[in-house]
Amino acid sequence: MQDIADHISQALENDVVSASVAHGELTIVARADHIQKVLNFLRDDQACLFRQLIDVCGVDYPERARRFDVVYHLLSIELNQRVRVKVETDEDTPVPSAVDVFPTAGWFEREAWDMYGIFFAGHPDLRRMLTDYGFKGHPLRKDFPLTGFVECRYSEEEKRVVYEPVELKQEFRDFDFMSPWESAEYILPGDEKSEDDSKGESK
Amino acid sequence: MSEVDIKNYCLNFGPQHPAAHGVLRMVMELDGEVIERVDPHIGLLHRGTEKLIEHKQYLQAMPYFDRLDYVAPMNQEHAFVLAIEKLLDAEVPERGQYIRVLYSEIGRILNHLLNLTTHALDVGALTPILWGFEEREILMEFYEAVCGARLHAAYFRPGGVHQDLPKGLAERIMAWTETFPQTLEDMEALLIDNRIFKQRNVDIGRITVEDALSWGFSGPMLRSVGIPWDLRKSQPYEVYDRMDFQVAVGTSGDCYDRFMLRIAEIRESLKIMRQCLNDMPEGPVMSLDNKIAPPKRSEMKRSMEALIHHFKLYTEGFKVPEGEVYAAVEAPKGEFGVYLVSDGSNRPYRCKIRAPGFAHLQAMEFMCKGHMLADAPAVLGAMDIVFGEVDR
Repeated sequence: MQDIADHISQALENDVVSASVAHGELTIVARADHIQKVLNFLRDDQACLFRQLIDVCGVDYPERARRFDVVYHLLSIELNQRVRVKVETDEDTPVPSAVDVFPTAGWFEREAWDMYGIFFAGHPDLRRMLTDYGFKGHPLRKDFPLTGFVECRYSEEEKRVVYEPVELKQEFRDFDFMSPWESAEYILPGDEKSEDDSKGESK
Repeated sequence: MSEVDIKNYCLNFGPQHPAAHGVLRMVMELDGEVIERVDPHIGLLHRGTEKLIEHKQYLQAMPYFDRLDYVAPMNQEHAFVLAIEKLLDAEVPERGQYIRVLYSEIGRILNHLLNLTTHALDVGALTPILWGFEEREILMEFYEAVCGARLHAAYFRPGGVHQDLPKGLAERIMAWTETFPQTLEDMEALLIDNRIFKQRNVDIGRITVEDALSWGFSGPMLRSVGIPWDLRKSQPYEVYDRMDFQVAVGTSGDCYDRFMLRIAEIRESLKIMRQCLNDMPEGPVMSLDNKIAPPKRSEMKRSMEALIHHFKLYTEGFKVPEGEVYAAVEAPKGEFGVYLVSDGSNRPYRCKIRAPGFAHLQAMEFMCKGHMLADAPAVLGAMDIVFGEVDR
């Protein structure tokens, strides 16, 4: 696997940022504007032959400058090998669409557009995929609330489905079970007193 | 009479069409009876599973996987627990692995029985579904015996399976594997040489190797063109490498081939089930590591440590080390994968579910173009679409 990683990073010096192996999986970080070239190479190169695009998805890291990752999973049936290609982007920067390389990217990219608002340049049909007709927002972004903004019901008076702002009968409860000793990021009330007293921290 | 302007006819197939296998809406453009364009509108069953999973702990997120492809629930759970175990680097005891394989194969038969019989129903054969569902009912009883639920099992857990098989169940499953082939043969006898069935399926929805690869097909859809690609063989997980079974392949890549291939797969699954039952060792079914698996109830009565572990596991949950993995299983419909990103907390940071049906349905337009309208249900039936997993 390391051989393939080396081979790819040598052949695509200008397009690949890094290639690493973790958990027995090969991950390549590529430059977003060169993604088509990278995918083409991975598909056609005799030492790679990743001829199947298994999955395309987005990941959101709101704290980063370029908040989105677009993750491509490829499979080579000939070599029995998988590879993951990641590129970074943000809300405004389009990623070149992979439809020309793998037709199956079409729906996966539509889904990423729907869920994250990642724009794919050159996509023939970038409509919403899974959400409702006329849906607003991109629900899988980390800043989109779990409850959403609108709810729909059938209105007996109007004889049609109506959309209304979400009204929760009970406040949304998000329990925090993280142990305060290990990983809580907030300061528990009273903790500031034990700042200089190391004994206070023992379990 | 003035000249008639003949326009293409636009047909709305579904979302409440019985042959659409759920809530699929297809906007079709027809030239007479020939399909020119198909635009599947999916998402009517979208429940935001991936978003919900991000807000749940790993163990709480697990039951969502039953609700994806609800005709073979445990196969989905399998991919998720494999992904968690890969990140945790956890070991599963051997007996647990055997039980997982056994139930994955039961899931495969559950799925194939539903698919084969409904496919036959779509093209006009009513009887197989009546016979097939009787057998499915028995299989669901095996589900129920082991986890208490016929459908939403929540049986596979990170580190193993929730409980051991109850007494006598292994014998019951074994007895079923002896009687079931007869039903399967009866069903086959009704269909495979039937003239109508052949007319509706042979050479319909034909694909080539190139098409299958570029459209990202997997499972029976990929094998129907003759590629012997099965993750159970090529990237074996659990104890599949010890199992003796064949990978069924087709030749022509049409709907009939896919149908025959699934029947052959049922036979192989029965073989695997028998091997599992014969070779299953004694021992624990769940990892003994109390950081990920709950302690035994009897232990909790005596040991304070066990009680604490139990409390911690079911409130805080376990933490999964930072990293990202992709774990895939050969689900009955094809490659079902889970791409899991962990930030080191007790909740998944991102859990992308790769459903085989999503990729297959995408090729609907490509496969239907030029076919008659009546062929669309046959193509759809042979694709094996379940909306729980396509829409997520």
